[in-house]
Amino acid sequence: MDSATEAGQTKSDLTPSEAAHAPAPNTPQFTRDEDLHAYHEMLLIRRFEEKAGQLYGMGLIGGFCHLYIGQEAVVIGMQMASIDGDQVITGYRDHGHMLACGMEPKGVMAELTGRRGGYSRGKGGSMHMFSREKQFFGGHGIVGAQVSLGTGLAFADAYKKNGQVSLTYMGDGAANQGQVYESFNMAQLWKLPVVYVIENNRYAMGTSVARASAQTDFSKRGISFGIPGEQVDGMDVRTVREAAARAIEHARSGQGPYILEMQTYRYRGHSMSDPAKYRTKDEVSKMRDEHDPIEMVRKRLIEAHGVPEADLKATDAKVRETVNDAAEFATHDPEPDPAELWTDILLEARA
Amino acid sequence: MATDILMPALSPTMEEGKLAKWLKKEGDPVKSGDVLAEIETDKATMEVEAIDEGVLAKILVAEGSEGVKVNTPIAIIAAEGEDVSAASARKPAADAPAQAAPTPTMQAEGQAGAPAATAKTGDDAPKAPASPATITNKTPAPVMAEFPEGTEMVSMTVREALRDAMAEEMRSDESVFVMGEEVAEYQGAYKITQGLLQEFGARRVVDTPITEHGFAGIGVGAAFTGLRPIVEFMTFNFAMQAIDHIINSAAKTLYMSGGQLGCPIVFRGPNGAAARVGAQHSHDYSAWYSNVPGLKVIAPYTASDAKGLLKAAIRDPNPIIFLENEILYGQSFPVPKLDDFVLPIGKARIHRPGTDVTIVSFSIGMTYALKAAQALAEQGIEAEVIDLRTLRPMDTDTVVESVKKTGRCVTVEEGFPQSGIGAEIVARLMVDAFDYLDAPVLRVTGKDVPMPYAANLEKLALPNVAEVIEAVKAVCYR
Repeated sequence: MDSATEAGQTKSDLTPSEAAHAPAPNTPQFTRDEDLHAYHEMLLIRRFEEKAGQLYGMGLIGGFCHLYIGQEAVVIGMQMASIDGDQVITGYRDHGHMLACGMEPKGVMAELTGRRGGYSRGKGGSMHMFSREKQFFGGHGIVGAQVSLGTGLAFADAYKKNGQVSLTYMGDGAANQGQVYESFNMAQLWKLPVVYVIENNRYAMGTSVARASAQTDFSKRGISFGIPGEQVDGMDVRTVREAAARAIEHARSGQGPYILEMQTYRYRGHSMSDPAKYRTKDEVSKMRDEHDPIEMVRKRLIEAHGVPEADLKATDAKVRETVNDAAEFATHDPEPDPAELWTDILLEARA
Repeated sequence: MATDILMPALSPTMEEGKLAKWLKKEGDPVKSGDVLAEIETDKATMEVEAIDEGVLAKILVAEGSEGVKVNTPIAIIAAEGEDVSAASARKPAADAPAQAAPTPTMQAEGQAGAPAATAKTGDDAPKAPASPATITNKTPAPVMAEFPEGTEMVSMTVREALRDAMAEEMRSDESVFVMGEEVAEYQGAYKITQGLLQEFGARRVVDTPITEHGFAGIGVGAAFTGLRPIVEFMTFNFAMQAIDHIINSAAKTLYMSGGQLGCPIVFRGPNGAAARVGAQHSHDYSAWYSNVPGLKVIAPYTASDAKGLLKAAIRDPNPIIFLENEILYGQSFPVPKLDDFVLPIGKARIHRPGTDVTIVSFSIGMTYALKAAQALAEQGIEAEVIDLRTLRPMDTDTVVESVKKTGRCVTVEEGFPQSGIGAEIVARLMVDAFDYLDAPVLRVTGKDVPMPYAANLEKLALPNVAEVIEAVKAVCYR
């Protein structure tokens, strides 16, 4: 592919998202409390990820570390439309999902630093954390694997007739994996209660959607199976929640799977070692300046809901404190006992 | 010109079947494509069609005959205008397969080849009590008691044992279900799930599309929530499509989650060579899966072990690879008649006691090992034959204890030599039994080539009884 074509495709790739971010006349509205809740939740993810980036730079976090900065509205909007018991499963850009599910920042951060107080006792790392209690099923490092697994969670929900829904996240890169379509087929065939959330942040590692996908409208990826889908402005937590409510209701009511393409953007690199040569600085700063999901809510809280700026500053301070506590814990918590090397390989058989 | 209609083979491993029904009678005109008869085996039913036009001149095998050997003439078609009586008179001496008793002959016999071997067929074996221990398929007589003395034994094929194991566990635990290709309405590609749909319904016996990667992942996801899926692969060759979920999702998640997320799942299906199905349908994955921490790997030989170990596998809270063998499916063994017969995973069994050499094998490898042991006994070498039964965790203790007694060891498997199960046993014996060895341990394995299709080459690619005998004699310096 020559560079002219490539540049042209990258440009055209921007267009639909730009269109989606234009203020729509019928944008759903949040109450003051809903906006306050969304603000706090998204800010927690933002500050947590920024701190994780710092700890990585200090050498306290090793290996891979994929930050969610810029995409916060997706998982928070989805969680605002789900109910207790609904399962969440995602790939390796997973810290935001854990926090959104209510997992403790301390436990997540300590897992990032590989300490015994981490959710996986230091044996999973950034990409592998789980919480049965919060119905968070990982944290998976093989691109696309979580889609079949998430479909399996929905299979279990249908088997048990428990009324729960599986929220199965993937990126635009994973959406090209073969097993995704095997799963779509079975989910629709068996009318499984699963919502597939495709977080289209425009780049699969360093490859833009246009360079990797023959069909760049991911909401259409279920058409051949008869799965409904829609494109959603994933930078606006209000549109996310509205679409999520529709999709989850569809799944919960026994009508089968639903696809939501969340048009979003990650500000940071794919992982910490990303040279960022595949996009311009201007592109990133334009998204930050004009479509930041948190800034949008902050502005709304002050201008539309009349929340005093001091109140928001207090929220900021509280979130910073939570994140600093998590970092402090994750820095000083001991590494796992060497004996942990040999535990959790197999479970004891029941008598 | 009259033509013989021959007993057809329904599958690569079929050697005989039942002529269930004639749909045409003598004297009927037939044309190409007409259904002449119905043939049954224990796993399938097929119609025999006429290939030529003519008249059904003579039926040579009566309706209801069992044990009709493949390629036996079952009828004669006379050409149009041909004298029917003359045509039928041309073949008066057709085999009389109807009188063949429905004996559980060893299908593996044809596999083993064993040109130089003196090994007996399953039918001959009981008449040749060359050793005090009984070593044929029909009477394995386990040395270690795994059920109460005096327990009534019933003869059962491996196929029936596997089905009964699943059915019993599904009856007792609502969270157990079976999924896979053709497991429900078709009754199983190899008829292992026969009758399960009728008893348990479509919710618990789930036909999947042909998408191994996807349904293996769905099974693992369901297991994460506490359900107990039995995922059937039509063969383990196809599990290559799904191996990412077996290894990365099923085997590793417990560890990666710090013990939070177990995965109680059984992946089962036929593994290794069947007969004449070529390189892509003949791979033995025993060594592959046995390499992975977080899995348990079982590869039974007898119907009794198949039943007791599959029940244990379904109850186990861990991901289990249950490697069956297509050629063993139709073989019969005595199985204890107990309400709940469960065997421990991870325990080898001394299948035949001996003093001079230890032969270690598993799954279909046991057929070579046992026949070799019988032949060797006639030559004054008493081999102790150990069936590993479980490959991971591997019961090294039983092997080491035997080698301490015999001082010599040969391993037998159908898989490839490099990094195989035999290689693992050799390495362990070097550490745990070095001082007891009187000779280097030898391996009898499949050859280091992709499985060929041609019948003669396939025989050469697989191990055989003669090679086991030769290896045993070599380590015994005989």
